[in-house]
Amino acid sequence: MSQLSVQHLLGIKHINKADIDLIFKTADHFKEVINRSIKKVPSLRDITIANLFFENSTRTKLSFELAEKRLSADIINFSASQSSVKKGETLIDTANNILSMKVDIIVMRHPNVGACDFLSKHVNAKIVNAGDGTHEHPTQALLDSYSIREKLGSVEGKNIVIIGDILHSRVALSNIYALKLQGAHIKVCGPKTLIPKYIESLGVGIEYDIKKALEWCDVANVLRVQNERMEVNYFPSTREYAQLFGINKKLLDSIGKKITIMHPGPINRGVEISSDVADSDQSIILNQVENGVAVRMAVIYLLAQQIQQ
Amino acid sequence: MFGIPMSKKTLLSSKEIHIILHRLACQLIENHHNFENTVLIGIQPRGVFLAERLVTILQNEYAIPNVKLGLLDITFYRDDFRRREAPLEANKTHIDFIVENKNVVFIDDVLFSGRSIRAALTAIQSFGRPSDIELLVLIDRRFSRHLPIQPDYTGRQVDVINEEKVAVHWKEKDKIDAVYIINN
Repeated sequence: MSQLSVQHLLGIKHINKADIDLIFKTADHFKEVINRSIKKVPSLRDITIANLFFENSTRTKLSFELAEKRLSADIINFSASQSSVKKGETLIDTANNILSMKVDIIVMRHPNVGACDFLSKHVNAKIVNAGDGTHEHPTQALLDSYSIREKLGSVEGKNIVIIGDILHSRVALSNIYALKLQGAHIKVCGPKTLIPKYIESLGVGIEYDIKKALEWCDVANVLRVQNERMEVNYFPSTREYAQLFGINKKLLDSIGKKITIMHPGPINRGVEISSDVADSDQSIILNQVENGVAVRMAVIYLLAQQIQQ
Repeated sequence: MFGIPMSKKTLLSSKEIHIILHRLACQLIENHHNFENTVLIGIQPRGVFLAERLVTILQNEYAIPNVKLGLLDITFYRDDFRRREAPLEANKTHIDFIVENKNVVFIDDVLFSGRSIRAALTAIQSFGRPSDIELLVLIDRRFSRHLPIQPDYTGRQVDVINEEKVAVHWKEKDKIDAVYIINN
């Protein structure tokens, strides 16, 4: 297997285990490349990529941009806040206008669920989903699994708990799909109001007690509380959330084993995770960021490979 | 399939390869003495077997310790990305030294169009600026070059037509040392 089974990366739901293995194997090579003194390969020098960000992003946008540059692609960037979208242009019109400028791949983040799927059916370019609303964020899930594999040797058979705002999290859903494909055991943990109904149907367990969840797991993936997506109050106060579901050094030391702590960023320090945990040697938060570039290089490289000359 | 059946002709036997490897090792010593400022780079995937074999001969039979060997993968530097029918799989690059101001010897099994070596010339720049680069190949397919690239050390020159394939087998991987010309 040296080719992806899909034409676009819209979500982990659409890919299989062999695709994940291929992406990781390719990312291993790119990780070696980005640790050289000259961190660049010329593979994609005749490919043009548009980064369409209809929603704010720092890490993901920079990571994609860097990955594309490391592959020598030409890139154009677009942020909704400074564009004609404000003047009422539709998504397809925006995309087709950009495509007229001969773009081969579109990396898109959009606040609406299914926006990437919709775009892939209407425009002639490879689409990479960089987050669509509360739905999926496939490259984040891939880099999370890649980081677990790097730290623990493999993902298969590991106990992984995803903690926090599961309801609004695209990272959680993509992670659940990805971890399931690789044979991990998954639990979600958070306030009842932030755990979606029927989540057990995805084959994950639910734990409301943070201490029990940490005692059970090998890896805790801590999510950010997404205040911007909450129209009503899901919990009484940030302080109460921090007390009941926040991870601090004292709690971590009390469970009697060394677990790995992950966070997709941006961190609300002192809310879902305390500073001493985020900066401790158990945390692989910054490794996740480094791996993000290698994994995104692999995804873009493998999709570009399918583009007909 | 109809037409002419596949034929397989032995170009080099195990014994001939043994002699050639020793000759190539001696030619390297002639130019690089104790390899103090020289590094060998095996081109992935098939040049690595030849490179490792030469290092073993240099160390065991000519008592030259510490011959530096690196493995270079050129997949991401090729000029035929998206132009091939089957996608290429990358291999590991392992170069744990800097090639700045070193004499570099590229080692590959077969020199055909010269495009792999062109890619290797670009790829090696990521590891520094060598003072010079030489090329050692086991088989030089003459008259088939697309680029002005020639070897400095050659095991055997052959004239074969484009439809014919030169297959180098190594004991480590293919159970036997041999070079075949295969006509499909």
